[in-house]
Amino acid sequence: MNRFSYARPTDVAEAVREVGSDPSARFIAGGTNLIDLMKYNVERPTRLVDITRLPLTTIDKADGGGLRIGALVPNSDLAYDDQVQARYPLLSDAILAGASPQLRNMASTGGNLLQRTRCLYFYDTATPCNKREPGSGCSAIEGVNRIHAILGTSSKCIATHPSDMCVGLAALNAKVHVAGPSGERVIAMADFHRLPGDQPERDTNLGPQELIVAVELPDEDFSKNYSYLKLRDRLSYAFALVSVAAALKIDGGKIAEARMALGGVAHKPWRDTTAEDMLRGKPAEEASFKPVADHILRDARGFGHNDFKIDLARRAIVRALSQAAAGTPQTQTDKRIK
Amino acid sequence: MNSILKPGPNTGAAQAIPITLTINGEVRHLTVEPWTSLLDLLRDELDLTGTKKGCDHGQCGACTVLIDDRRVNSCLTLAVMKDGASITTVEGLSQGDELHPMQDAFIEHDAFQCGYCTPGQICSAVGLIKEGRAHSAEEIREMMSGNLCRCGCYVNIVTAIEQVIESDGARIKEAAE
Ligand SMILES: Cc1cc2nc3c(=O)[nH]c(=O)nc-3n(C[C@H](O)[C@H](O)[C@H](O)COP(=O)(O)OP(=O)(O)OC[C@H]3O[C@@H](n4cnc5c(N)ncnc54)[C@H](O)[C@@H]3O)c2cc1C
Ligand code: SF4
Ligand code: FES
Ligand code: FES
Repeated sequence: MNRFSYARPTDVAEAVREVGSDPSARFIAGGTNLIDLMKYNVERPTRLVDITRLPLTTIDKADGGGLRIGALVPNSDLAYDDQVQARYPLLSDAILAGASPQLRNMASTGGNLLQRTRCLYFYDTATPCNKREPGSGCSAIEGVNRIHAILGTSSKCIATHPSDMCVGLAALNAKVHVAGPSGERVIAMADFHRLPGDQPERDTNLGPQELIVAVELPDEDFSKNYSYLKLRDRLSYAFALVSVAAALKIDGGKIAEARMALGGVAHKPWRDTTAEDMLRGKPAEEASFKPVADHILRDARGFGHNDFKIDLARRAIVRALSQAAAGTPQTQTDKRIK
Repeated sequence: MNSILKPGPNTGAAQAIPITLTINGEVRHLTVEPWTSLLDLLRDELDLTGTKKGCDHGQCGACTVLIDDRRVNSCLTLAVMKDGASITTVEGLSQGDELHPMQDAFIEHDAFQCGYCTPGQICSAVGLIKEGRAHSAEEIREMMSGNLCRCGCYVNIVTAIEQVIESDGARIKEAAE
């Protein structure tokens, strides 16, 4: 780990100023991703701006009836919050499917959005990686790519975004509130993370000096028919190979509205609104789900080791939608898939 | 400067920072370099070697301690960021010579073999009981999944924790509130 200087601002404006004072300064919240990457010399900030003393730690009613979650709310507090469990159980489940209790106690809402890929080459500074070192090449495309993306890849990078929480947020149409040197702005979840394209070094559309201050959930009710299904190499404490957040509104046996986002398959939570539109008006049963799964994966492409993900994703979509339709969400304790 | 974390290129200004931590009930005024993890501070500078370093990357749970009663991985925690906090390590669980019920239960149920993961398991289990959300063996297994045991003592670990939840769970949870 390199040496760095340290600042501990107590208000948002000061934090934004601090991070602007040094081009390689970084905010730090829970530290569970940044410190890990610093120990591997993947990240080498010269200054850390500790944001844990900023007043961004509460979950409040948002104007418009939704919920506004402060950027520093720990993942565990968010998942177990009474209002979140009652109104947005899909988000609770997505969070509880990730990491471990200790890590969730540390990890913040803002940090979770900005966690970086778990691509092994990104972590290994001895190998080329366009995300870590633009222009050096991608080691994964012809290398070991079992955990890599099948949708939205580019010739420069096939990494996935590893978050579970973000998959839930994408399905729920969350918004990200950010503050920067020129004031505040709001970014829709769909526009927050990027596809790799020609600039895989940019994970998100957040500016370098911008601070996430809150995440807002809209006033919508998907609390009855939902499921977060996460498939991985062991039952807990492992990143998703494929995950699906599914939420339905059902009226008289027919689907009135559908939401779906996939994790573990792309550089961002994968949301395909054309697939959601296909479900509108269809009976809420398995026969309706298969064509939709095929549609979502119509352009999927494997790179060898990860070819299995295409079929796995197809089946996971059908299963998660079936669980949602039946009102029997995947439990995050007993991982047996029913 | 500890030798395990080899410093990378010296890109930032080094500065030692005064902090105050309450460690196992004792107030300590310390000066730390900002890159010192809580784990390295405990082990290398304060000689509290009960807390173990397994992976140093958040992947095993051996370094689990309680900060303000919540279980966390001390390897991914910068000590400087915890200025003002109260830390409990495995050394701080007993009352004098009287072991914590969780320590007794681990002994009674033979919930370890080599013992390397044990301090982390015990701190994590104490944190789990303070949270008060585990009510079945299944829930214990899931909520203890942040602690790996290479000796595979999981079955006895779960039994030990089940026993403490039955006998002392309510009292420990209350004390945490
Ligand atoms: C072993 C292990 C297993 C894990 N498993 C999972 C899993 O299964 N599923 C999952 O989803 N996650 C998993 N995680 C990842 C974990 O969820 C993230 O590390 C965590 O959410 C990051 O949050 P943080 O607050 O610790 O971020 P930090 O490490 O503090 O910061 C991460 C990045 O975000 C920036 N940042 C932080 N807060 C802000 C803000 N408010 N505004 C602007 N920038 C900010 C920092 O500058 C940094 O670049 C795992 C992590 C580990 C170590
Ligand atoms: S997939 Fe992306 S992150 Fe991984 S080696 Fe290629 S460029 Fe780097
Ligand atoms: S040493 Fe901290 S999790 Fe392994
Ligand atoms: S007792 Fe040996 S690692 Fe757990």
